[in-house]
Amino acid sequence: MAKNQLIGGALWENYSRKVAERMDNPFYRGELTEEDAKRMGGKLVIADWGAESCGDAVRLYWIVDPKTDTILDARFKSFGCGTAIASSDMMAELCIGKTVDEAVKITNLDVERALRDAPDIPAVPSQKMHCSVMAYDVIKQAVAIYKGVDRESLEEEEIVCECARVSLRTIRDVIRINDLKTVEEITQYTKAGAFCKSCIQPGGHEKRKYYLVDILREVREEMVKEKTMTEETKFSDMTIVQKHKILEKIIDEEIRPMLAADGGSLEIVDIQSTDNGKTLVYIRYLGACNGCASAMTGTLYAIQGYLNRKVDENIVVYPI
Amino acid sequence: MQRVYLDNNATTIVDPKVKEAMEVYFCQQYGNPNSLHEFGTEVHPAMRIALDRLYAGIGARDEDDVIVTSCATESNNTVLKAIYWEVIAKTQKKRILTTPVEHPSVSQVCEFLQNQGAEIVELPLNQDGIVDLETLKAFLEPEKTALVSIMWANNETGLIFPIKDMATYTHSVGVLFHTDAVQAIGKIPVNVQEAPVDYLSFSAHKFHGPKGVGGLYIRKGAPFVPLLHGGEHMGGKRSGTINVAGMVGMGLAMELANEALPYEHTEVRRLRDKLEEAILSLSDTMVIGKREHRVPNTILASFRGVEGEALIWDLNKYGIAASTGSACASESLEPNPVMVAIGVDRELSHTAVRFSLSRFTTEKEIDYTIEVLTNSVKRLREISSTYTKKRR
Repeated sequence: MAKNQLIGGALWENYSRKVAERMDNPFYRGELTEEDAKRMGGKLVIADWGAESCGDAVRLYWIVDPKTDTILDARFKSFGCGTAIASSDMMAELCIGKTVDEAVKITNLDVERALRDAPDIPAVPSQKMHCSVMAYDVIKQAVAIYKGVDRESLEEEEIVCECARVSLRTIRDVIRINDLKTVEEITQYTKAGAFCKSCIQPGGHEKRKYYLVDILREVREEMVKEKTMTEETKFSDMTIVQKHKILEKIIDEEIRPMLAADGGSLEIVDIQSTDNGKTLVYIRYLGACNGCASAMTGTLYAIQGYLNRKVDENIVVYPI
Repeated sequence: MQRVYLDNNATTIVDPKVKEAMEVYFCQQYGNPNSLHEFGTEVHPAMRIALDRLYAGIGARDEDDVIVTSCATESNNTVLKAIYWEVIAKTQKKRILTTPVEHPSVSQVCEFLQNQGAEIVELPLNQDGIVDLETLKAFLEPEKTALVSIMWANNETGLIFPIKDMATYTHSVGVLFHTDAVQAIGKIPVNVQEAPVDYLSFSAHKFHGPKGVGGLYIRKGAPFVPLLHGGEHMGGKRSGTINVAGMVGMGLAMELANEALPYEHTEVRRLRDKLEEAILSLSDTMVIGKREHRVPNTILASFRGVEGEALIWDLNKYGIAASTGSACASESLEPNPVMVAIGVDRELSHTAVRFSLSRFTTEKEIDYTIEVLTNSVKRLREISSTYTKKRR
């Protein structure tokens, strides 16, 4: 990627062939009318998302069978770039034949994945992902309309970026699903923060309830916590190297500083996994700990207890 | 497939005469001009001619400097950072007055300098989309201001700023004036005696010269410190082995561009106007900026209901190169700052497409563009969710 970045300007080159084809000739462009709905025996749903002033706007038409909630047909219209048109086209295609409850689960990533030529090459460059997020949002809007959820209640959703009408939920989801690490990425995926920039951090020209920097930090913290929890439950299944890494980190960050206060330290000599799921950790005391009476009693219990609480309850520590 | 290049404000074709003039400096006269031997010295006459042409091209006096740089971005960086080091860091004059529509090689350097303690003030545009003399007078506090930096012509709209009046006034109150003339040279007359600027940046590839070479005019006595240290090149004002071929090419390109100015103002203007009339004859379109305020080659047009990048995608499919600075386009999601500043309806800020012609543009190319453009606008409006004809 580095060389591509040095050359730069490679936006369109990174579109998949499918994106280009659907931009040039979108299969599901156009409208559906009440007459179409009558003919097909379904209910017409028209949903709008985005605004011309934001650079992207999409309108989704559905005809839904009221008995089965199945989407019988779909069309779209779009004010947007090639990616927006291609994503809307694919989104409309993915809706057809699904029930409304199935359709609501379609995410921007499903749309993007369906537009790929090869399974592991993205269909569009990251700064174009926001166009597929639009497709995701308009489906939600259509479902809300079909189910008769009051528009007012939709407006109550916490909007973080007013310019691009991006909700707190969308931002949190997008960070999570796509493992985003910077505010710039949030902007690329959702357009939140791309316009007046007030919602990025305090100090903009408008005071906001939510700021992207805070949301990002909170969601990342949650993700780290969750990840640590999964790691805890699986500790016994890890390889020795993985176990060593985790133990070394926690000993270095939490335990050595405590020992250092008394002029001591310790090192991990060996780690063994037993058949009954126990992990045996062999340590050697260094410095003042070496020969200290407490090293075989209080200090040892404290170390083992700490590792049992923080890492895995089946850790047994042996000093040698 | 026919290819039509209407993105001449981004870069231009090298004039074949320029290319020919440069060729000898690659495999025959390739000496380093700083060397004492004949390989070095034999290129000096050509460099002298190139400098003569550059000086004449912008009306510089013999005692002034026109240094050869690598591009206008380097020239702009050189001026702004020299002002920072020589004036802002050393005196009570902390302020740079500029505009909200400068090229990033001015605006982002200002942003950088702001973080170093400079005070950056953006002058508001008037309803014509330019900064006028009255605004400058109202904002300019000489005792606090180190530099006024205003572009001569805007890259996106082609709007011309009244540099002569503003430079004259700025000088009269004892403040330094810099202009980024990248989009002016070869399009309108540029003369540093009539418009008494202290610094002026330009770039060869915008007027049918090669890429990788630019220039910086420095009025005699104006504060200066080099951006690049490390040699005695360009009189110690810009180190780095001199790009002889580029310098020769830029000199000739400047001369040819000035010779072609009458053609630019008749024929290029006529073709531009023809395309512009055709655009305006489509419904719900507009062109940004009054025609008499613009350089003769540029159109920034808005097509209601049609997203800019979608349109340039379509044009590209038919071999036509145009550009857009709007949100969906390029690698930025920002709305077009020029249109926002000019106060064009926010809804239209994503519908802008720029067409920029040159003296190499032909009538046949313009006719073909009109045909393709008309069809593409029709197609995209059929897909558009926001376009309904005569909505207002």
